[in-house]
Amino acid sequence: MAELNYREAVAHGIAQEMRRDPLLVMLGEDIADAGGVFKTTVGLLDEFGPERVRDTPISEQAIIGAAAGAAMTGIPTIAEIMFSDFIAVCFDMIVNEVAKARYMTGGQISVPMVIRTANGGGSRFGAQHSQSVENWCMMIPGLKVVAPSTPVDVIGLLAASIRDPDPVVFFEHKSLFATKGEVPDGEIVDTLGTAAVVRQGTDCTIVALALMVPRALEAADRLAEEGISAEVIDVRTLVPLDTETLLGSVVKTGRLYTVEENPRLCGWGAEITSIVAEEVFWDLDGPIVRITTPHIPLPSAEALEDLAIPSADRVHDTVVKTMG
Amino acid sequence: MTEMLQILDVDGTLVGESPVDDSVTRGLYEAMVTARIFDHKATALQRQGRLATYAPYEGQEAAQIGAVAMLEPGDWLVASYRDGAAMQSRGYPWTQLLLTRTGDERGGRPPAGVNVLPPSITVGAHMVHAVGLAWAESLKGTDAVAMTMFGDGATSEGDFHEAMNFAGVYQTPTIFVCQNNGWAISMPRARQTASETIAQKADGYGMPGELVDGNDVLAMYDAAARAVDRARRGEGPTLIEAVTHRIRGHTTADDDGRYRSPEETARWAERDPLERVRLYLDAAGVWSRKWQEEIESAATAAIEAAVEEAESLEPFTAEEIFDAMYAEVPPPLAIQRRRAAEAGLA
Repeated sequence: MAELNYREAVAHGIAQEMRRDPLLVMLGEDIADAGGVFKTTVGLLDEFGPERVRDTPISEQAIIGAAAGAAMTGIPTIAEIMFSDFIAVCFDMIVNEVAKARYMTGGQISVPMVIRTANGGGSRFGAQHSQSVENWCMMIPGLKVVAPSTPVDVIGLLAASIRDPDPVVFFEHKSLFATKGEVPDGEIVDTLGTAAVVRQGTDCTIVALALMVPRALEAADRLAEEGISAEVIDVRTLVPLDTETLLGSVVKTGRLYTVEENPRLCGWGAEITSIVAEEVFWDLDGPIVRITTPHIPLPSAEALEDLAIPSADRVHDTVVKTMG
Repeated sequence: MTEMLQILDVDGTLVGESPVDDSVTRGLYEAMVTARIFDHKATALQRQGRLATYAPYEGQEAAQIGAVAMLEPGDWLVASYRDGAAMQSRGYPWTQLLLTRTGDERGGRPPAGVNVLPPSITVGAHMVHAVGLAWAESLKGTDAVAMTMFGDGATSEGDFHEAMNFAGVYQTPTIFVCQNNGWAISMPRARQTASETIAQKADGYGMPGELVDGNDVLAMYDAAARAVDRARRGEGPTLIEAVTHRIRGHTTADDDGRYRSPEETARWAERDPLERVRLYLDAAGVWSRKWQEEIESAATAAIEAAVEEAESLEPFTAEEIFDAMYAEVPPPLAIQRRRAAEAGLA
C-alpha cells in the first residue's frame, strides 16, 4: 500500500500497462521531455523511451488521427489532448472517425485507443481552458467515457480503458491532480461501466462525477450531522452507464440529486434524470433536482468561477431546502 | 513550371524508360479496362435507382492503378470515395464497393487480410490515418508502407497539413498520392491553391514531391515504385501529384455543365489513360481485338456477379446496428437494441 496523488496515479497507471503490453504507445504535446504540462507523464520517457512516449507537433487532429491509424493495426495507443477544451480542435477525428470506425466497417476494425485529457475548472484558466466537456463525448455513439475521482480509480479505470477494444475518452480532473489516496500494491485493473456507492444512505441519492464527488461527500457529511442520510454515488463511467446501481439506489432512497460540473443544458445528469423518470418514476418521493454549473462559459475570476461550479455548500443547501 | 514525369505519351509512344515489362503493362491495362467497366456499371445502376449517389472516377484509372500496382499484401491503402479502382485492385471486392453505395454497412467491411480501409467520405481525414498506420508498421519493425489517396481539394483541409507535417517529422513510410483531377466539385484547381503545383507543397514538409502525368500508368507506376522503395528503406514519406482529370461530374448528383465547358472535358478525353496503353501494346504486338473482347467480357461477368451478390444479400437488421458499435454491447444499449427489435425495425 502506498499513498499517491491523482497526478502520480496517471503515470503509475500508464507505466503499469506499458510494462504489461510492449506494443502500447503514447503520443501527445509535451508529454515526453516535459513530463506533461500537468506532470501526469513524469518518468515515462525515461522508462519506455522516445519511440513509445512521443512528443508531437501542435496538431490535435494528427494526434488523434495517427493514434487511430496505429490502433487500427492492433497497436493500442494513448493519445493525450492537453486540455479537454481542445477536443473541439479534433472533434471531427473523434466523432466521425474514431467513434464510427468499428460500426462503419461492420465490426471488422477495432480502434483500441484511449484519449486522455485534462478536464474541468477550479484553476482560474478561463472559459477556453476550464470546461467540463464530458457531456460532449457522452452523446457520441461509439465512444466510451470515463472520469475517475480518486487515485486508485485513475489507475484501475485507466488500465481497463487501455485494455478495452473500443475507444475511450478518459477525463482527468485538473483540480484533483494534487489530491491523495491509498493505492494497493500490485496490478490494479477496474471494470468500465461500474458506478461506486461511495457513501451509504437512506434518505436521498446524490450522484456525482470527478471533482463533484468529494464535494458531494463533504455535503453528505454535513447533512448526516443534521439528520439527513444521503447516499453518494460516483458515476465513474458515463458510457457505459451503470444504470443498475443508479436505479437501485433511487428505488431505495426515493430522491435523486445530480451534481454536475458541466453546463446545465444537456449535462450528463439530464440523461440520468431521464432514465430515472422513465424507469422508476413511481418510486420517487419528490422531484429530481439537478445541481449544475449554469449554462454559461466558465469565468476566470476566482470568485465567479467558485460561484459557478457546484460547491459542497450549494449541494448541502439545495438538499436541505428541497428535502424539507 | 516543374517538369512533369511522363513515360508514355498520348500517342502510345515511350518517351522514357518503362519501369515494367510488357506482360505487366498488359496486366495494368486489363485492370484499367475492368475498372472503367465497373465505373460505367455503377453509374448506370445509380441512374436505375439501384445505387445511391456515386462518384465516378473515369479518366483517373491510370493514376489509381499505376500507383498501387507494386504494393505488397502487408501494405496499407487508405483512399477516398473516388478511388474504387485502386481499392479493388488491392483486394477490396467490387461487391463491397457496391454495398457502400446501397446503404449496406457491410460495404465497409474489408475481407480479412486485405489492408485496405473503407473509402473515406470525409475529405482529407484519412490522410492522417495513413500516417498512423505507417508509424505503427515502423514500430512493429515491418517494412510495410501506407499509401493514401486524396484529391486536389483535400489539400486545402487542415488534415493535409497535419498529416504531411507528422509524416515528415517522424519520417513515416507514407506515400501521399494526390490525384489532381482539376476540380473539387465546382472549384477549379487554379482557385484551390495559389501554389504553382501541389507537388511543391512537399518542400514545406521536408519530403520529396513529384509531379507526374496521372493519365500515364507507366509514369505513375515508376514514381510510386520509387516512393514505396524509399519508404521501405526507412527514408520517409513522399508526395506524388498525379495530374489527371475528372471526366464526369463530381457525383451522379452533380451537373458539371453549370460550371465547366464540354470543350475542356473533350480535350482531356483525348488524353485518355486507357487508349494510350492500348496503342502502345498494339504497336508492341501484344494487343488484339480478340484479347480486348476477352478481358471486357471477363470483367463484365465479374462485375455482374458482384451486382448480383450485393443485391441478393439479406438486409442488414436493426440489431446488427447495435452489434457493430462496440466489441460488446453495453447493458443500456442492449435495452435499446431489444426495443428496436421489438418495434419491428429489423
